[in-house]
Amino acid sequence: MSPEMATPLLAAIIGAIAIYGLAALLAGAIGGRALALVYPTAIAGAALAAGGDLAALVGQSDAMLQLPMGLPATGLHLRLDGLSAFFGLIVNVGVLAAAIYGLGLDREHGLNPRVEPFFALFAAAMNLVLIAADAFSFLFSWELMSLASWALVVARHDDADNRHAGHVYLVMAAMGTTALLFVFGGLAGIAGNYSFAAMREAHPSVTVVALVLTGTIVGAGSKAGLVPLHAWLPLAHPAAPSHVSALMSGVMTKVAIYGMIRIVFDLLGAPSWWWSLPFLLLGAASAVMGLLYAVLDRDLKRMLAYSTVENVGIISVGLGLALAFKSSGLDAAAAVATSAALLHSLNHSWFKSLLFLGAGAVLHGTGRRDFDGLGGLIHRLPVTAALWLVGVMSIAALPPFNGFVSEWLLFQAVLAGPQFPYPILRFLSPAVGAMLALAAALAAACFVRAYGTVFLGRPRSPAAAVAREANRPQLAAMGLLAVLCLFGGLFSVFTIALIQPLLVQYAGMPMASAGAGPTFFSLVAISAARSTYDAPIIALFLIVSGTVTTMAVHRLAARRTRRSAAWDCGFPDASPATQYTASSFAQPLRRVYGTAMFGSSERVDMPEPGDLRPARLDVRFVDYVWQGLHAAPAGMVLSLSEWLNRLQFLSIRRYLMLMFSALIVLLLIAAVWF
Amino acid sequence: MGNTLILLVGQGIQMFLVILVAPAVTGIVRRVKARFMRRRGSPIAQPYRDLLKLLRKEAVVAGNASWLFRAAPYAILAFTWVAAALVPTFASGLMFNWAADAVALVALLGAARAILALAGMDVGTSFGGIGASREMMIATLAEPAMLLVLLTMALTAHTTRLPEIADYFIGAPITVRVSLALALAALTMVALAENARIPVDNPATHLELTMVHEAMVLEYSGRHLAVIELAAQLKLVLYISLIASLFLPFGMAPATAGVVAWIAGAATYLAKLVFAAVLLGVWEVSIAKMRIFRVSEFLGGAFVFAFLAILLAFLTGEVTR
Repeated sequence: MSPEMATPLLAAIIGAIAIYGLAALLAGAIGGRALALVYPTAIAGAALAAGGDLAALVGQSDAMLQLPMGLPATGLHLRLDGLSAFFGLIVNVGVLAAAIYGLGLDREHGLNPRVEPFFALFAAAMNLVLIAADAFSFLFSWELMSLASWALVVARHDDADNRHAGHVYLVMAAMGTTALLFVFGGLAGIAGNYSFAAMREAHPSVTVVALVLTGTIVGAGSKAGLVPLHAWLPLAHPAAPSHVSALMSGVMTKVAIYGMIRIVFDLLGAPSWWWSLPFLLLGAASAVMGLLYAVLDRDLKRMLAYSTVENVGIISVGLGLALAFKSSGLDAAAAVATSAALLHSLNHSWFKSLLFLGAGAVLHGTGRRDFDGLGGLIHRLPVTAALWLVGVMSIAALPPFNGFVSEWLLFQAVLAGPQFPYPILRFLSPAVGAMLALAAALAAACFVRAYGTVFLGRPRSPAAAVAREANRPQLAAMGLLAVLCLFGGLFSVFTIALIQPLLVQYAGMPMASAGAGPTFFSLVAISAARSTYDAPIIALFLIVSGTVTTMAVHRLAARRTRRSAAWDCGFPDASPATQYTASSFAQPLRRVYGTAMFGSSERVDMPEPGDLRPARLDVRFVDYVWQGLHAAPAGMVLSLSEWLNRLQFLSIRRYLMLMFSALIVLLLIAAVWF
Repeated sequence: MGNTLILLVGQGIQMFLVILVAPAVTGIVRRVKARFMRRRGSPIAQPYRDLLKLLRKEAVVAGNASWLFRAAPYAILAFTWVAAALVPTFASGLMFNWAADAVALVALLGAARAILALAGMDVGTSFGGIGASREMMIATLAEPAMLLVLLTMALTAHTTRLPEIADYFIGAPITVRVSLALALAALTMVALAENARIPVDNPATHLELTMVHEAMVLEYSGRHLAVIELAAQLKLVLYISLIASLFLPFGMAPATAGVVAWIAGAATYLAKLVFAAVLLGVWEVSIAKMRIFRVSEFLGGAFVFAFLAILLAFLTGEVTR
C-alpha cells in the first residue's frame, strides 16, 4: 500500500492523540464535572487509535507526515509504520482496559484533579512517542510521557513514600533522557540531520555505535527497568493509582522496548554480533534478579513491579538473541527470537495490566496491599479471584495461556544457539537458557505465593474479612484482559500473523505461517519436523480428560460431601495467624537464594525462661544494587555539595582572588591550546 | 485415513495404559521396599484397593475451602494425564504426540504442581503452607534442571519433539557421551525430587517436620484424595517412561508397525516399568532421607549436572548439523 493510501490511519492516530489531549486540557482547566468525562473520552480515543493501529498492521501500511513545526531545519516528522502500529496496539489496548477500569472509579471514589488530566496526557504522550520520526519530537514526547507519569506517581503526595518515589523517578527519567540525547547526537553525526530517515542512511563508526548502544541501554533500559537501572520501578509503579500502575508497568515499559528496537534494530543499521552482549547479559540478570526481589517482597503492588523487571529481562534476552542470530546470518532463528520478544511484549502488557487491575480491586476492597493483611479473598471477591488466576497462570508461563507461548518461542531460539559462529555466543546461549529456566520456575513460586496469600487461606485482617467485590466496569476491564490472555495463548497463530511483516523487516525472514504444522493452529518454530506446539489441542485434551475424570468419579464414587473443621494433623488452630504468611512461604527460597544475592541474614532473639517479652525474628537484606549504584553516588554528590557550600561564605577579597585566578587559568589554557 | 485411525487408537490405548498401570508401579515399589525390610508387605494390587476404598468414602471438606480446593484434584489429574499421554511409551509417533514438545511437557507438569500448591494453601492451615512453600522451593531447582536436560537431548536429536528424540536414539549407534551421562544423572535426581521420593521426601511419612507432598494434600479425603493419589502415581509412571524413552528407547514400536509390534512394544515397556520400580525400591531402602535444607544442595547438584550437559552439547561439535 502506498503512503498516500494509508494517511487516514495516521490521521486516526493523530485524531486519537487530539482526543486524549483535549480530555486532558478540559479536565485540567475546568476540573470538577469535567474530570468524569476523561475516562469515557479516553475509551473513545483508545478504541479509535487501537483500530487504526490494527488496520495499519493488517494492511501493512506505512504513512508519513511532515509538518513545519519542531526544529527549524528538520521539521516535525510523524510516521506510522509496522513497528509503531504494533506497539501502538499494545499501548491503546492497555489504555482501553485502564480507562474502562477508571469508569468504575468514578462511581465510588470521587475523582482526583491530580490524576484524571494526567491520565489522558500520559496516553497521548505514549502514542506520540510511537509516531515520532525525528529526534526532537521523539525526545519531546518521551519527556512528556515521563513527566505525565511522574505527576501520576506523586498524585498522592501527602505520603512521604510517594514523594520519595517521585524524586527517584524524576532523577532516573532525567538521566535517561540525557542518555538518549547523546544517542541521537551520535546517530545524527556531525552533519546533524535529526530526522530518522537521515539517521538510517548514516554509517556510524564503531565508537559511535558503542556510544549509541550504551546510551540506549541507559536511556531506554532504565525506563524499561533493566537491572541495574530498575530501582525506580518498584518505588514508582506501586505509588500511582492502580489503573495507572497497570499502564506504567504493562504499557510504558513497552514504549521503552519500542525505543530500544527503533534505535538498535532500525536506525543503527546492520548489527554486529557484539551488539547482542549487553541485551543478553543484562536481560538474563534482570530475569533472575527481578524475580528474586519479587519473591521476597511483602507488598502486592511492589511485587508486581519487580516481576515487570523480570519480564523486561525476558524481552531483552529475546532482542539480544535476535541481534546475535541476525548478525550470524541465521535468519530463521532470528525470526523466532524476534517473535518471542515482540509477543512477550504484547502478552506481558495484557497479563501485567490484568494483575495490576486485580491488585487495584484488592486495594479498593480491603484498603490494604501488604500480604500480611490479606487472605481468603476468593470468598469475598470471587470474580476478581478467578480472573487473577488467569493472570497468574499466564505470567507463570503455564499452558494453555499466553505467557507460555513467548516462553516457548524463546527456548526454541536458545536451541538454535549451537549454530553460532562465535564461541562466546555459543557459550552464552546455554547460560542464558539456564537463567531463563530458573526465572520461569521462580515465577511460578512467586505467583503461587502471591495468589495463595492474597486470595486463599483465611483473612489475616478484619478489613480482608469484610472486603467487597469490585464493581462492574472494573470486572469488565479485567475480564477483557483475561480473555485476551486466553486468546493469545490458544490462537498464537493470529498474533504471529500480525507481526510477520515486522519479522521480515527486522529478522529478514517470517515465521512459519499458520497451517504449516499438523493443524491450522499449530505453532511451528523453524520447521515442523523440529518443534511444534498446539495449544488448542492441548486445551481440548485437558478439557476432555478433566471431564472424563470428573464424570467417572461422580458416577462411580460416593457423592457425599461433609463440611467440617480443618484437619491440620489433628490440631487445627482457630487463629488465622497460624497460617503460613508470605514471608514464611518465601523463607526456604530466601535461604537458598537470598544469602548470596542479598546477603540476607536472620537473627532470633529468644527471651530467657521466665522472661515475658516476646521472641523476635529479625530478617535483614542488603540491596547491593541500590547501595552501590544509587545510594553511593547520591552520597558522593551530597558530600561534594556540602564541601562546595563553603564557597558561599568567603570574604570579598577571596572572591576577587578566585575570579582573578580563574581568569589566569583560562588564559593559560587558551594559550596552550591554540 | 486408515493410518490416522490407527494412530488415534494407539493414542487412546496409551492414555488408558498409563493410567491403568500407574497404581501397580507404586504397588511394586512398596512391595520391594517391604521385602527388603523383611516385612511381608501388602500385595501389589493394594494401591488399586486403596483407591476404590477412598472412592467409596464420603469426602470431608474443611469449612472454609473454596471451589479451587474441590476443583484442583481433577485439574491436577488432567494436566498430569495429558503430559503422560505425550511421553512415548510403547510406540512412538502416535496421534497427538506433536501437540506438545519437551518444553511444553515441563510446563504441563509445572501447571499441575502450581495448582497442587495453591490447593495446599486454600484451607489456610500451617501444614498446607509448609508443603506448598517447600514444593515450590524444590521446583525452582528441579524444573530448570529438567528443562535443561530435555534441551540437551533435543540438541543432540535436532528436535524438541519427544517421539522424534526417542526415534533418534533408537537409530543412533550406542556410544557413551559425557553430556548424556550427565543428563541422565540430573534427570534421575529431578525425578526423585518431583515424585516426593527418598532422599528428598518420604512418601510413607506423616511426620510433620519432614513432609512436603503429604503436607499439601493433608486436608483431602475421599474421592478427592483418590484422584490426587492417582495423579501422583501417574506422575511416577510419567517420569519412568520419560527416562526410559530418552535413555533406554529400545523395543519401542513405530506407530504404524501393526498389532504384533505394538504388543511387543507394550511388553518391553511394561518390563521397563517393573525394572525401574524394583530399582527405585532398592534405592529407597538403601538411603536415608536428607534434611529439607540439604535438598537445595542435592538439586543444585542436579542443576549443575544439567547445565554442564547442555554446555558440553553446545560446545562440542557433535550437535551442529
